[in-house]
Amino acid sequence: MIAVERVSKRFEQGDVLENVDFTVQTGEFFGIIGPNGSGKSTLLRLISGVEAPSEGTVRLRGREVRSYPRKQLARWLAVLQQDSLPPVGFTVREVVEMGRYPFQNWLGEEPEDPTGWIDSILSRLGLESLSGRGLDQLSGGERQRVALGQVMAQQPELLLLDEPTTYLDIGYQVQMMDYVRGWQRDTGLTVVAVLHDLNLAAQYCDRILVLHRGRMIRLGPPEEVICADLIESVYGTRPLVLAHPANAVPQILLMPGS
Amino acid sequence: MLSVTACVSMGTAAISLGQVWGILLHQIPGLNHWLPRPDWPASSEQILLKVRLPRVVLGILIGASLAVAGAGFQGVLRNPLADPYTLGVSSGASVGAAFIILFGLQYSIAGEWSVPLVAFATGMITLWLVVKLAQVQGKLRMETLILAGVVMQAFLGAAVSFMVSMTNQVVNDILFWLMGSLTMRGWSYSGILLPYLLVGLFVLLGCGRSLNLFTLGERQAAYLGVHVERTKLIVLGVSTLVTAAAVSVSGVIGFVGLIVPHLIRLMTGPDYRLLLPLSAIGGALYVVWADTLARMVLSPVEIPLGVVTAFLGAPFFAYLLYQHKKTIKG
Repeated sequence: MIAVERVSKRFEQGDVLENVDFTVQTGEFFGIIGPNGSGKSTLLRLISGVEAPSEGTVRLRGREVRSYPRKQLARWLAVLQQDSLPPVGFTVREVVEMGRYPFQNWLGEEPEDPTGWIDSILSRLGLESLSGRGLDQLSGGERQRVALGQVMAQQPELLLLDEPTTYLDIGYQVQMMDYVRGWQRDTGLTVVAVLHDLNLAAQYCDRILVLHRGRMIRLGPPEEVICADLIESVYGTRPLVLAHPANAVPQILLMPGS
Repeated sequence: MLSVTACVSMGTAAISLGQVWGILLHQIPGLNHWLPRPDWPASSEQILLKVRLPRVVLGILIGASLAVAGAGFQGVLRNPLADPYTLGVSSGASVGAAFIILFGLQYSIAGEWSVPLVAFATGMITLWLVVKLAQVQGKLRMETLILAGVVMQAFLGAAVSFMVSMTNQVVNDILFWLMGSLTMRGWSYSGILLPYLLVGLFVLLGCGRSLNLFTLGERQAAYLGVHVERTKLIVLGVSTLVTAAAVSVSGVIGFVGLIVPHLIRLMTGPDYRLLLPLSAIGGALYVVWADTLARMVLSPVEIPLGVVTAFLGAPFFAYLLYQHKKTIKG
C-alpha cells in the first residue's frame, strides 16, 4: 500500500528526516512514535502528499503520491489531524457531509445518495443528538469525533492519523481508537497513526516505527519496540515495562527520579 | 424592486412613486394600451430614464460586484476583515485605472475594455505584494494581512493623488471619482460592468463548495480533495477582476465587501453557495440606498458615495476588530 523509499526532508532550519525507508502492507495498523520534534508529523505529511520530500520518493499503490490529483487521492486516502476542525458555523451534519466532497461533481451531486450512509455514521459515533448544532457550540472532544465522522464519510482505504487523541479524555481516546480498529477490521482499512501515547500505540498497532531526530531507530511489533533500553535512549527517561495483565501487550510505567 | 423605484423617485426634482411606476411600465412594449395616458411632464420621464435609472442600475451592479468580491476574499483568505478595500486591491486597481484615464489612453490597448483590464493587472500585482508583505514564515496572519493592505492603500492612494496633481484636467471630477461616485454615469458603464459580474458570480458559485471546505483550514481542505492552490488562484483572480471592473467605473467605494457578506452570514449561516448570491443582492441594496443617501442628505449638493459607505463601514470594521479581540482573549 505504502512504500517510503529513502526519504529525506530538509527545511531551512535543518534536517527533519534522514533516509527513512519502509513499507506498509494493506490492512496493517502501523504506528509511528518518537519524541517531540522527531519528524513524525512531517513524515505523515509526506505520505499524504501535501508536502514533497527533499530526496527519495513516497509511493502509494505503486505510484508517486504527488502525481495523483488531489481529488482522486481523497477518494481513498483520508487524514485525521489532532485538531482538524476549527469552530466554524457549519452544523455537525454539514461538516460530516463535506467528507463526500471528492465523490461529488461540480454541482455537488454524486451517483448514489449518501444520506443513509451519513445517518449511520452519525449514529455509530453517537452524534445524532448534536447533528443540527454548529461546530462552534461543541467542545474540542466533540469536534474531534465529528472529524472522525467526516473521515468515515470519505470511505477511505488508507487512513492517516496525526496524534488523533491528543485533546481527548481517556474515555474518548479508547473509544476513538476502538472505532478505528473496528472499522479497520470490518473493511480491511490500512491505518498509519502517529501516536505520542506509547501505551495506546502498543495496544493497537501491528508494527511500530520509532523515529528519533529524523532517523529510523527501530521498526517491529510492539514486543520488540517497547523495551526500557530503547525508550531510555530515545526519550531520555527509563520506564518500567510490564506485560498488560489482560492481553500481555507491553505497557510502560513512568519512573519518577529520586 | 421596491427599493429601486423608491430610490429612483427621490432626488432634487421630486417624482412621485406612482409616476415612477407609470413611466417604467410604459417602457415595456405592448403594455401601452392597458395603461392610463401619461400624466407626467416629459422632463420627469427624461430625468428618470436618462439620469436616475442608469445610476440606480449601476449602483446595483457595483454593490453586487464589491460584495461578491468581498465574500470571495474572505472565503479564500479565511479572514473576516478582508474586503477589496482593506486589502488594498481597490486602490491598486484605481492606480491602473487612473493612469489610463488621466493620460487619455482609454481606448489604446483593448478598446473599451482597456480600463478594467489594466485595473485588473494593477489590482493583482497589489494583492500579490500585500500577501507577500503579510506572510510570516509562510503563514498569513489576519492582523498582518490587513496592516499590509492598509500600507499599500496609503501608498497607492498617494500615487493616484500625485498623478492627479500632474494633470491639468478639471480636478473636481477626478477627485469625485477617487472618492467613489456614481455621478453622471450613463447606461454604457452598466454594460461594461455586467459581464464581469455575471462571469465572476458564476465562477465563484462553482467554487462554493470548495470555499466551504476552506473554512476548515487549507490543509484540511486539501485532505478532503480540494486543489488548494488552484482554487485560491481562481477565487482571488476572479474577485480581483470583479473589483477592478467596479473600481474602473465608479472609483474606490470602501467597506461594501466587508459589511454585506458579514450581515448575510449572520442571517443565513456560513454556506458559500447561499452566501455568494445573497451577498450580491445585499450589496446591490446597500449601495443603492447609500447612493440615495449621498444624493439626498445635502441635496442639491452631492456627497461622494465612497464617503457615505466609509461613514457606515469604518465603525462596523472597528466593531468586528473589537469582537475579534474578545475571541483572542477567550
